[in-house]
Amino acid sequence: MSQPVTMTRRSFLEGLNLSVGGLALGLGPTLTEAEARSKVVPTVLKPNVFVHVAADGVVTIVCARSEMGQGVRSSLPVLIADELGADMARVRVLQADGDKAYGDQNTDGSSSVRGVYDDLRRTGATARTMLVTAAANRWKVKAVDCEARDHAVFRRGTGESIGFGELVRDAARLPVPRAEDVRLRPRAELRNVGGDLPLLDGPAYVNGTAVFGADIALEGMLVAVVARPAVVGGRVMRFDATRALAVPGVKHVVEVPAPKAPYLFQSWGGVAVLAENTWAAMRGRAALDITWEDGGNETYDSEAFRETLLASVRAPGEPFRQVGDVDAAFARAARVVEAEYCTPHLPHAPMEPPVALAWVKDGACEVWAPTQHPQAARTEAAQVAGLPESQVTVHVTLLGGGFGRKSKADFVGEAVYLSKQVGAPVRVQWTREDDIRHDYYHTTAAQRLRAALDEQGRPTAWLHRTAFPSIRSTFSTDVKGPVFRDLNQGVLDLALAIPNVRAEACEALAHVRIGWLRSVYNIFHAFSVGSFMDELAHARGMDPRDNLLDVVGPARHMSLAELGVPKLPNYEAPLEKHPVDVGRLRGVIERVTELSRWSERGKDGRALGLAAHRSFLSYVAVVVSMKKDEAGRARVDEAWVVVDAGLVVNADRVRAQMEGSVIFGMSLALYGAITMKDGATQQSNFRDFRLVRMAEAPRRIHVDIVRSEEAPGGVGEPGVPPVAPAIANALFALTGTRARDLPIIRSHRV
Amino acid sequence: MTTLKVRVNGEDKELDVDPEMPLLWALRDVLRLTGTKYGCGQALCGACSVHLDGQVVRACVTPIRRAEGRSVTTIEGLSPDGGHPLQRAWVEMGVPQCGFCQSGQLMCAAALLAKKPQPTDADIDQSLAGNLCRCGTYTRIRAAVKKAAGLPDGK
Repeated sequence: MSQPVTMTRRSFLEGLNLSVGGLALGLGPTLTEAEARSKVVPTVLKPNVFVHVAADGVVTIVCARSEMGQGVRSSLPVLIADELGADMARVRVLQADGDKAYGDQNTDGSSSVRGVYDDLRRTGATARTMLVTAAANRWKVKAVDCEARDHAVFRRGTGESIGFGELVRDAARLPVPRAEDVRLRPRAELRNVGGDLPLLDGPAYVNGTAVFGADIALEGMLVAVVARPAVVGGRVMRFDATRALAVPGVKHVVEVPAPKAPYLFQSWGGVAVLAENTWAAMRGRAALDITWEDGGNETYDSEAFRETLLASVRAPGEPFRQVGDVDAAFARAARVVEAEYCTPHLPHAPMEPPVALAWVKDGACEVWAPTQHPQAARTEAAQVAGLPESQVTVHVTLLGGGFGRKSKADFVGEAVYLSKQVGAPVRVQWTREDDIRHDYYHTTAAQRLRAALDEQGRPTAWLHRTAFPSIRSTFSTDVKGPVFRDLNQGVLDLALAIPNVRAEACEALAHVRIGWLRSVYNIFHAFSVGSFMDELAHARGMDPRDNLLDVVGPARHMSLAELGVPKLPNYEAPLEKHPVDVGRLRGVIERVTELSRWSERGKDGRALGLAAHRSFLSYVAVVVSMKKDEAGRARVDEAWVVVDAGLVVNADRVRAQMEGSVIFGMSLALYGAITMKDGATQQSNFRDFRLVRMAEAPRRIHVDIVRSEEAPGGVGEPGVPPVAPAIANALFALTGTRARDLPIIRSHRV
Repeated sequence: MTTLKVRVNGEDKELDVDPEMPLLWALRDVLRLTGTKYGCGQALCGACSVHLDGQVVRACVTPIRRAEGRSVTTIEGLSPDGGHPLQRAWVEMGVPQCGFCQSGQLMCAAALLAKKPQPTDADIDQSLAGNLCRCGTYTRIRAAVKKAAGLPDGK
């Protein structure tokens, strides 16, 4: 039987006594300021904020990124441990609080491994260097005559060894070596990296002891449920709390102020009911009598907006990518192929709805939250509490899914505001209805693609127009449509071997809060481009695989000039380290068509669809097989995924992310949509926002990881974009009809 | 308020709560058994699945009064040490991603195996039809149920 997860403030802080809240340190190996000033002889080795070796030999490694199912806690610590030469059985992983001392903690953009790979290795190597030096000094030999492995330092050629724990006191007295004096291990010496690493939290996940956002309770805590305006920009005109306050267990009814545009991470406003337990708070909210003022967005209708977006892409937009003379090529074309694609708003719908616990007390604020962005949560909490950030502590729990929703700190702000108002710890619990109705939605898009073909059927020009309200509208009120950076995701970096290319961004105003959803704009850019590639193949009378390889062209690194862009945002990575590598794209296409027996498609009723996409610096190709079931529904029967993410740290979690991406991509391709009428969301729960269920999951998902020593790319998101177009293409192969609007259930029996 | 007697994971409990309070909130907020999760509140996602006298119920829509005098088993009581064959298979096969839905998945799978130790794919699909997993662990769940049942194909 597990212990109830009730913690006092003190015991929780004691449990985290290795954190260094408030001390600004770079990623480099440095002592904290207090430690540097201290005259006390250190008894542990702690060359920086990420690693700590105790005298009993226990190595504590801090995981500064949030665990939301991608397996980051089972992956990042291994980089330090392998460099150190630690035995994973004697490594303990501690989750970092939100603190700039850890560098960037924002767990999004598929950036965890690719962002810290070098830094974490250097951290481990620094600690190893100090332990080896301590051992060498003791034996009075040179450091090169010693090696660290299996949690000890060995003296070469003698069989002598000293455990890490025994070396700690000596090592801790040594100066932290300079970066140039620290040697990284050769790849072959990294024992665990690249393997199938065990799931660190596996046992806790299956016995009920894993601690998520709603699983922490404090003495005297109240649970809050908030009634929020149905329309973005709406506010409370008046409310009557009498009936709510009469519900047994309800303690307070508090108005939450309405935000001002731009909405940023501000809470939605509304009326909160605070009670002794969640049930009483829910009943209290149901008893509220509120009159709302809608505030301008109450005319938003997503079906009408679809027409607005289509009109937008039927006129020229702002050209962000240009090669050759597209207009002249179209004027000369023997044939023109064109198509329009539409995709709806989507919610994130993590299985754990947003939830946060805050306690504002005695000039300080403590928060427990399942946040992807602990530092943004800290900043928001400080602003709402009216305190300096140094007085705010944000503890990160496990996340019951994130997908971008929990990068936003709005729900943390709500908890802080309410705690400050009532003087008690407050847990804000979002219901599923709150989550579906008040999300930062994935944006809705329309796209128009056009290709010119010459007499021989060769593509001579490519025009891509895209219109969607930008995420930037959440952060600024003067955003009229996609900006240059937004087109990085699958438009500017699209590999094409076509002499005349233009990509244009067309106007689109936001009427809801727009946010990041797993793989973001790549979702619809890959859908349109991946579908259009297939349409082009059929127009050319070619095998879709051969057409795709022909259109992306030969293996090469595409220059900015060939791409037709002045620069490439490239997921914040230098192009020299992460080029647009058509060879790698071709590699995953060739491999996935081989594994799926592409050449035998059509036999035994196998209808296959193919798509490939580069995103977050990784290359993924997907083939899906569709069949009709007894009821005549087209079903995804089997899927193959080939991923080239460069060097991978934890192969099993990479496979798991690809498997999950297929299901995530299926849900959005087949069923998912948020529709808005009169400014309000029409869906409310899993009854009307549909996700793939067990029986709809493919029989098998085959994942193949390209063995690579290239710099690591992203993994959490890149699997998603090629899934929807692969499904649309398989559906075409199965039925002869094309789905250009998502979700497919609107036009086909799926 | 009424005092209700419920047996939870083999222990007799007395609860002074609104008899209409869903079992989910009685477990989580009153008994502090937080392994059972809130996901939808309308029996649509299965994250709150527990056993009531051995049968799967969705705790989010089951008033606590329905459990009066009966026996409730939650994920915390599925096995004394996390050693149920399903729990072992789940860990060995790396089933969980975020882990949030897995208590509910396990409780439903455990009820299935108790009733039908050698389930077919169709049995698994049917028994777990009410359990959503947003991370998409379905194919591993299927394989892990088979492994726990000692069936081939469980890898």
